[in-house]
Amino acid sequence: MLRGLWKLTWLEIKIFLREPLGAFGSIFLPVVVFVVVSRFAGGRLTPGSLSTAAFLRVGLPVLVAVLIALSGVLSLVTIISIYREGGILKRLRATPLRPQTILTAHVLVKLTLTALTMALTVLAGKRYYPVHTHFPVFGFTIALLISTWSILSIGFLIASIVPTARFAQPIGAAILYPMIGLCGLFVPVQSMPPALQVVARVLPLTYSVSLLEGIWKGEAWSAHMCDVAALVVIFAICTALSARVFRWE
Amino acid sequence: MGISGTPNPVIQVSRIRKSYGATAAVSDVSFDVTEGEVFGLIGPNGAGKTTTMECVEGVRRPDAGQISIMGLDPFRDVYQVQDRIGVQLQRAQLQKRIKVWEAVDLWASLYPKPLDGNRLLEQLGLADKRNAWFMTLSGGQKQRLFIALALINDPEVVFLDELTTGLDPQSRRAIWDLVRGIRDRGKTVFLTTHLMEEAERLCDRVAIIEYGKIIDIGSPQELVGRHCSTRTVVLATADALAEERLRAIPRVDNLIRQDSQFTLQGQGDDFVTEVIQCLSEYRIRVTDFRTVLPNLEDVFLKLTGHSIRD
Repeated sequence: MLRGLWKLTWLEIKIFLREPLGAFGSIFLPVVVFVVVSRFAGGRLTPGSLSTAAFLRVGLPVLVAVLIALSGVLSLVTIISIYREGGILKRLRATPLRPQTILTAHVLVKLTLTALTMALTVLAGKRYYPVHTHFPVFGFTIALLISTWSILSIGFLIASIVPTARFAQPIGAAILYPMIGLCGLFVPVQSMPPALQVVARVLPLTYSVSLLEGIWKGEAWSAHMCDVAALVVIFAICTALSARVFRWE
Repeated sequence: MGISGTPNPVIQVSRIRKSYGATAAVSDVSFDVTEGEVFGLIGPNGAGKTTTMECVEGVRRPDAGQISIMGLDPFRDVYQVQDRIGVQLQRAQLQKRIKVWEAVDLWASLYPKPLDGNRLLEQLGLADKRNAWFMTLSGGQKQRLFIALALINDPEVVFLDELTTGLDPQSRRAIWDLVRGIRDRGKTVFLTTHLMEEAERLCDRVAIIEYGKIIDIGSPQELVGRHCSTRTVVLATADALAEERLRAIPRVDNLIRQDSQFTLQGQGDDFVTEVIQCLSEYRIRVTDFRTVLPNLEDVFLKLTGHSIRD
C-alpha cells in the first residue's frame, strides 16, 4: 500500500511548477526549440532535398521525443541529489511514507510532465510543422512514456552515485547525452564499428528510438515487443542495482 | 526514578553499538526513558547523540544491542512505531517551495488519527505563514514547523534532535516554552542538545555522552550534587578586616581578592550559610553578594576534563 502517493505526487508537481525554470524550462522551452528548429529546417525544404524531408518526417520528431525524455531524467537526477543533500529525503523517510512511495511519486511527476510536453509539442506541430505527418498520437505517447520510465531507472542509478547536487547535472548530462549519438538515430546501429554496436545494444535509448520510430511510422506494437522487453529488462536491472546502492543521506 | 513511584519505561536501550566503517559512533550505550518525562542526551558534537537517537527512531539499525520502544522493536516494527512517534531531525529541510499548509496537510494524510493542522499552526504561531514557502521562513519558524510536523499525529513519544541549534536567544526561549507545553500534555520527550542551559531548563533527566559512551545519568540537580559540590560566593566590601575574617571560616578552600571584591569557594551545602553567619557576626557591610552554583557545564568539565564547547 502506498499511503500518501497521490498527495505527494500532486504536491511535487506543484512544487516543480513553482521553480523559476520549472514550467518554462522543461515544458515550454522544448516546444519553442522544436518550433524554431522545424521552421528553420522547413525553410530550406526544397523539392530536391530528400534527406531533409526524411529527417523531418521521422528523425526530428523522434529526436525531440528523446530529448523530452532525457530532460525529464536529468531533472530527476538533479532533484533527487538536491533532496538528499538538503536532508529532505531523510525527513520524508522518517514518516510512514515508504521509500518506494517517495521514489514512485517522482517517477509519476516526470511521466506526467513528459506527457504534457509531448501533448504541447504535438499541438505546436499540427500548426507549425512544415511536413504533414500522420502518426498514432496515443500509441506514440505510450511508447514515449515506456521509454522515459525505463531511462528514469538509469537516472536513479546516476542519482545513487553522484556525490553532491553540484555534480548531478554535469555527470547526468555526460552519461545521458552521448547516448543520443549511439542510439541509431543518426547512424544506423548496423553500420557502426562492432565495439560501438555492443555499446549501442545495452543502451536503453537504442530500443526507445527503435520503438518510437516504428510506432511513429505506423508499425504494429507486435513488431516492437523486443524493444519493449529490452526496456523492461533495463528497468529491472537498473532498479535492482540502485536499490542496492541508493543512499538516502 | 519516576516521580509517581513506579517507573514506566517507554524506551529501553540496552548495550547498543554502531560503527561507521572503522569509527565507532556509539559503543555500549544503555538507558531508559520514563513515560511523561523530558529526557536529554547531552554531549559535544560527534559524541554519538544523533546516532543513538536515530537507532531508537528506527531510522538506523544498531550493529549490536537491544532497543524497545513502547514494547516494539523500532527497526522490525518501524511502521507501527512511526505511527506513534513524532520526529524532528537535525539539519533537516523540506522542499524549498512547499507551502507550510501543504507540508502539514501531507503529514496529516500519512497518519490514522491526525490532529487539526490549522489549530496546530495557530498554537505554534504559524497561522499567518500558512501560505508561505518553506524557503522564506526564518530559522525559528522552520523549527516551529518541524515541531508541528512532529506533533501532527498526536504522538506518544516526541524526538527532538538539536532543536534550537543556530537560533537566536529569543527564538530559543520561545521553542523551550513549546517543549514544556508538549510535556505538559503528557507526552514523553527525548531530546539531544549540546547546550547545557537548554538541558538544565528542559530536562527532567539527562545522560551525558562522549565518544559514544554514556558517562553518567541523572537529573541535573543529582548530577551537580554528585560531581560538583563546590559552592562559590562572590561579595564586595570595603571593610579592611574582611579578608582576615573570611579566611577564618573553616570550610573556605579558596579565596581570591580583587580590590574590594572577594570570591570564596568551599565544599558542601552549608558553606553559603557559614559565609552569611560570618558577615553578620562581624557586622561586615557588603555592597554586593551573590552565589554561583555549579551547573551541568561544570559537571561536564569535571567529568570529561574539557568544556563542551571545545
